Amino acid sequence: MSLIEAAAAGMGKKVYHESNKTKDVTPRLNLQKESGKVVTLEEAIKRSGLKDGMTISFHHHFRGGDKVVNLVVGTLAKMGFKNLKLAASSLQDVHEPLIDHIKNGVITEISTSGMRGELAREISHGLMEKPVIFRSHGGRGSAIANGDLHIDVAFLGASSCDPLGNACGYSRSNRAKSICGSLGYALPDARYADKVVILTDNLVDYPNTPNAISEHDVDYVVEVPMVGDSSKIASGAIRDTKNPRDILLAKQAAKVIVNSGYFKNGFSIQTGSGGASLAAVKYLRQSMIDNDIKASFALGGITAHMVKMHEEGLIDRLIDVQSFDKVAAESLKNDAMHKEVSACEYAAKDEPGAATHYLDIVILSALEVDVNFNVNVLVGSDGIIRGAIGGHPDTAEDAALSIIVCPLLRGRIPCVVDEVTTLITPGSSVDVVVTEYGIAVNPRRPELKERLAKAGLKIVDIVDLKDRALKVIGKPAPLPFGDKVVGIVMNRDGSVLDVIKNIVEPK
Amino acid sequence: MEVKNASAGTLESGDILIQIFPSEAEGVQIDLNSTVAYQFGEQIKTVITETLSGLGIDHVAIKATDKGALDCTIRARVTAAAVRATGKDVWA
Repeated sequence: MSLIEAAAAGMGKKVYHESNKTKDVTPRLNLQKESGKVVTLEEAIKRSGLKDGMTISFHHHFRGGDKVVNLVVGTLAKMGFKNLKLAASSLQDVHEPLIDHIKNGVITEISTSGMRGELAREISHGLMEKPVIFRSHGGRGSAIANGDLHIDVAFLGASSCDPLGNACGYSRSNRAKSICGSLGYALPDARYADKVVILTDNLVDYPNTPNAISEHDVDYVVEVPMVGDSSKIASGAIRDTKNPRDILLAKQAAKVIVNSGYFKNGFSIQTGSGGASLAAVKYLRQSMIDNDIKASFALGGITAHMVKMHEEGLIDRLIDVQSFDKVAAESLKNDAMHKEVSACEYAAKDEPGAATHYLDIVILSALEVDVNFNVNVLVGSDGIIRGAIGGHPDTAEDAALSIIVCPLLRGRIPCVVDEVTTLITPGSSVDVVVTEYGIAVNPRRPELKERLAKAGLKIVDIVDLKDRALKVIGKPAPLPFGDKVVGIVMNRDGSVLDVIKNIVEPK
Repeated sequence: MEVKNASAGTLESGDILIQIFPSEAEGVQIDLNSTVAYQFGEQIKTVITETLSGLGIDHVAIKATDKGALDCTIRARVTAAAVRATGKDVWA
């Protein structure tokens, strides 16, 4: 035995033998076009090894403009698949065709952050045998990483991809068809799913860098006419609310921030969606200029507002898990200080470096807040699912100061109630509730209450807010809930937080 | 009291559209469509019925399309519709 053979035997390895194969000498621009990864959708599904009962996943970065879920599930239905588990980062009105796929047994389980429209209405009335699992964005990231949510095949839409699978939410080619910006909610799927299929409406030459998703994680690339209608993410321009109540709430929220003790050079901030919370940033911006205070980063949910303040030098870095409008998406593409992060890096409880752990202030909206500061953002006061958890509980729990902005009433529906219809964000995470009738501070934060009162803000007891609402609207009758559980709300640590029961139409 | 077809109100959020039609049947028949029907449906019907009986109106059919109106709004819209339907000014 030679020394080489002995060394190999000692390591349990073979000895190298030179190959007889000749090199493929095709010019590489041509070779990449023959990449075995580029196939049709049907072929990608077949080769992925997808079987009945497995879990498929999707992201929702195109929001109401998404074309991928309906295309893929429609194709799976035609191919005869049954009992699939659909794990979406969220679902929208546009996903109404899923109702038929549920009725036909193609989809039998769903997990998501939220849902709206007809699909949500039918599910609230008991369409599915198994309850829908609702997770926050951070909670979904954790569940995928720790195996609670195992994905067999991920179908991820991308606005550009090369034949090897380097993909992102924008395109640098002049044939770009769509743009969604950050692919943050798709990144855990790309990393942990057994098989990853990228669907793209802009197949570009290798190397498509900088990329969000790496070829290393991608098994198949499918070219489709359109992955999403970018115009339906949100309008490109900054929309300023003209609603006087929203403006009042926004001004109050900005005053809370300025006087909270957290408004210092280098602070960090996130705003949720909703007119009042977006407008709050506008008023905060003026205070930042007046006091010469700059933010270290803005997190989210990045909007045109945040991009503008970054470009003005008021916010040093943008950390973007989801681009809320086209301006934000373009900024992510063009500005190196505008960073794309995965759902785990954004808000996972068990990710030590998650951005939410280092967040000072978050402004959030609510469908309902109760007298114990619990918040509901998922189920309407009529018992019908009509929203999404999003990052609400993640950011509220982690931020040093969480502010809920909501009107006392929406029409005849009270927003401050005895007990939330569905628990999404526990009251222990919520610090301040801003309404047009005054500001309630969680008793757990006496120092905050003192600072705000000292600044002359109108502090009220949350029970008085609830009573005031009831005085105006009268006493609501209890909702006609049935006994079937149609949804389970998971806390971000993987425990069960609440259940959603079916609504029974009164005869 | 003789009643003609009449209406009051709008379909704006926080308002209610009240349409009145003459009816052969005894009393007040209400066809209510409300965004807050589960919690306030019965209360809305009660307010409509009481407002009409206070004006001495029966033998009418009401079509009410509610977008979360408060009781005071409902009373105002029902009264305005009744005045238009009967031609009798209740405020005179």
